[in-house]
Amino acid sequence: MSAVLEKAVMDVPFGSLEQVRSSASSVEAVSGSFALVDVSVAYGSEMVIEGVNMLVPSRAVTALIGPSGCGKSTLLRCLNRMNDEIGGVRVGGTITLDGLDIYQKGVDPVDLRTRVGQVFQRPNPFPMSIYDNVAFGPRTQGLRKREELDEIIESSLRDAALWEEVKNHLKKHAFELSGGQQQRLCIARALATKPEVLLMDEPASALDPISTQQIEDTIAELKNLVTIVIVTHNMQQAARISDQTAFMLRESMDQPAHLVEVGDTKRMFTNPEDKRTESYITGRFG
Amino acid sequence: MTVTPTTKAGRHLGRATRRRAAEAVVRTLVYAAGLLSIVILAAIAIFLFVEARKAINEVGLGTMLTATSWFPTGTPKIFGFLPLIAGSLSVTAVALVVFVPIGIGSAIFISEFSAGWFKEAMKSVIEFMAAVPSVVYGFLGVAVLIPWVKATFNLTSGMTALTGGLVLGIMSLPTVISISEDALHAVPDALRQGSLALGNTRWQTVYKVVVPSASSGIFAGVMLGLGRAIGETMAVLMLTGNAAIIPTSVLESVRTMTGTIAAEMGEVVFGGLHYSVLFAVGLVLFGITFAINLAADLVLERQRKRWRR
Repeated sequence: MSAVLEKAVMDVPFGSLEQVRSSASSVEAVSGSFALVDVSVAYGSEMVIEGVNMLVPSRAVTALIGPSGCGKSTLLRCLNRMNDEIGGVRVGGTITLDGLDIYQKGVDPVDLRTRVGQVFQRPNPFPMSIYDNVAFGPRTQGLRKREELDEIIESSLRDAALWEEVKNHLKKHAFELSGGQQQRLCIARALATKPEVLLMDEPASALDPISTQQIEDTIAELKNLVTIVIVTHNMQQAARISDQTAFMLRESMDQPAHLVEVGDTKRMFTNPEDKRTESYITGRFG
Repeated sequence: MTVTPTTKAGRHLGRATRRRAAEAVVRTLVYAAGLLSIVILAAIAIFLFVEARKAINEVGLGTMLTATSWFPTGTPKIFGFLPLIAGSLSVTAVALVVFVPIGIGSAIFISEFSAGWFKEAMKSVIEFMAAVPSVVYGFLGVAVLIPWVKATFNLTSGMTALTGGLVLGIMSLPTVISISEDALHAVPDALRQGSLALGNTRWQTVYKVVVPSASSGIFAGVMLGLGRAIGETMAVLMLTGNAAIIPTSVLESVRTMTGTIAAEMGEVVFGGLHYSVLFAVGLVLFGITFAINLAADLVLERQRKRWRR
């Protein structure tokens, strides 16, 4: 099912409104796929994003690229409703997760966030032990049994490719880890609540090349487990790790950002449809 | 006509020398300012000790610290500090019970659950609270709390350790709130975001992530509040009834160390034994506050080491 859907999306890179609409209502069976229909975002009275239509296929990596200030991170935060925490942000249009409108009445953003995890630009481990960091989400959900917690912590750390490095130091303070290890710890922490989607906001931009490589390897493994949406400034990174790429652009400060092109990553980097996409990925601006 | 390299270099050299000299002067001044506080602290300790020497020689430190009554003008004169120490501790304990929950609660409310003009207004009000003279708090206690305590607990007098402690607790609030609020404010927003993104509510985020992260700062605020409470003089003098008896409950009248010094210093013979004993009281008070601060510093240092990135 998911493969079929992916193909459907990728064959028509710039999903037309009708297409996305019809997909939005037919994806119930697929776990962890988003459909965005005519999504707009306003900060107060200022429209910053407008008219975004796209599908985020399940169990694949979708990269959001575009110049600074084009609203990639803002769009990303719409998917787990983290924008709700900032006053004055209004989200228009429809965003569905597996057919459920996540902005409809009765959807608790707190519950949504256990299904849609996030990893931030800078590693932000909590000031506690490695174990307690990963156990944080499950404990919030009421899990207390030691064996179950141990199991989740091991599997989450394994999935985040950190287990071998820390398995004998789980009681160590998280701040004693290197930046790259901390970021993988944050990935493990997000995985521990068993999310269907993982949002990543430039997860490697504060890291050295080796740590970046490790994060990218982790992402390649993780996409078998969760849907990944990643914001990145790094074109090569987007080309290396993503299956689908969405290019956003804000052409002037007077008008909102919009989605220029979305489609299969290989196709987009070799044969972009839009002139602006081509200019951006070949480094002519941004 | 042309500027030779030598004179150019010479001018640069002169400028560099002047800059070095200016730097040395500034450094010396800053060092001196830093050292001054240590010198003042040492001077206070020495001064207290010198003035208290007569009492230590004639009464003995052991006797003063273990005798259970305080009759400085009776026959025989008894100089036992225990009633005074017990008085100070009971009042401070009541204050602690008041300012810890209210202070930390207010700080959390201001830092985490209010915003905009309301937050600023709250902070201004707290700052204003700190600027009110202690004698005014004393008046408030006399007018409101003494009758209230008397009626509520059916006592013959409303002047008790409880009365003094309640007012001290309120007086210490600004210190506790502003230091704790600073500590909460300093917690990086990334931690809050991280917690929210894991599916925690705002409140779970506050008590599971933000408060633990700010715990050392909050602890420092509580310690400073404690120091403020134990050292306060005027309000307790007005409210506690000043009976120098070891209390068995907070509903009894007590006399604090600070109150004793303030009340009796005006009536003693300059340089006499009683005079010297009051300095010994001051010395003990100094020792207690010094110990509290030292303990707080050690705890903070240990936490800093543990939390260091």
